[in-house]
Amino acid sequence: MHVEYNIEGGDFTRAGYASSQIKKILKQSGVDMDIIRRTVVASYEAEVNIVAHAHGGAISMEVDENQIRIVLQDVGPGIEDIDKAMEEGYSTASCAVREMGFGAGMGLSNMKKNADMLRIESEPGKGTRVEILMGLGKEEILRSKK
Amino acid sequence: MKALGLTVYSGEKGLDRRVSGGYVSDLLSDVMGNADEGQVWVTLQTHKNVMAIASLKDLAAVILVSGHKPDVNTAHQSEEEAIPVLGTHLSAFDVTGKMYELIKK
Repeated sequence: MHVEYNIEGGDFTRAGYASSQIKKILKQSGVDMDIIRRTVVASYEAEVNIVAHAHGGAISMEVDENQIRIVLQDVGPGIEDIDKAMEEGYSTASCAVREMGFGAGMGLSNMKKNADMLRIESEPGKGTRVEILMGLGKEEILRSKK
Repeated sequence: MKALGLTVYSGEKGLDRRVSGGYVSDLLSDVMGNADEGQVWVTLQTHKNVMAIASLKDLAAVILVSGHKPDVNTAHQSEEEAIPVLGTHLSAFDVTGKMYELIKK
């Protein structure tokens, strides 16, 4: 199964739409609820990052019996220093974004904590690609139940 | 809810949701990362993204403190998701204290 959604940069009224569609699809597919919850935390944070920082982008999801693979690709400023960005509390968000309660520097660590595998590649000045993998094998289900 | 004197702004359909506890924060990623399903979220944030998070996290309800009211599209989404948005004139500290007493019983 493959789905794809566009994400508009700066449009906070639509932020979270793609992640809520993803949640619906995974629920209908009968994926374990704990895995769904972890998946949408990671996808929501990645989606909001595009809205908050990039000009625009797209999120796609592929699901098979073994895994959920979510890829977010944006056109935007990119991330200068990914290690720094991964630090909890570090943020480059604008004041307006922070006033809404975003930009606390917790997004990427939420993604890391909840994804089974997280890969971030970025080219400053061009854009960022984020890949989130969630395993659907028996081991992962046991892990998520802990 | 009556015991707390809360106003129901929207999402009445969801008032029978089971409450497992509460979470107090105005930072959205904090709620995204640390709140659990079935909790009531106490906040002063009123914009629509609050509902996106409440829905993704399967929260039981949102309580807006200190007289804050939901934005129109927040109330609208609360109806759609059947997740109530409630309000109080109390501060986050006071309403949480009262709620804690109730839940503990």
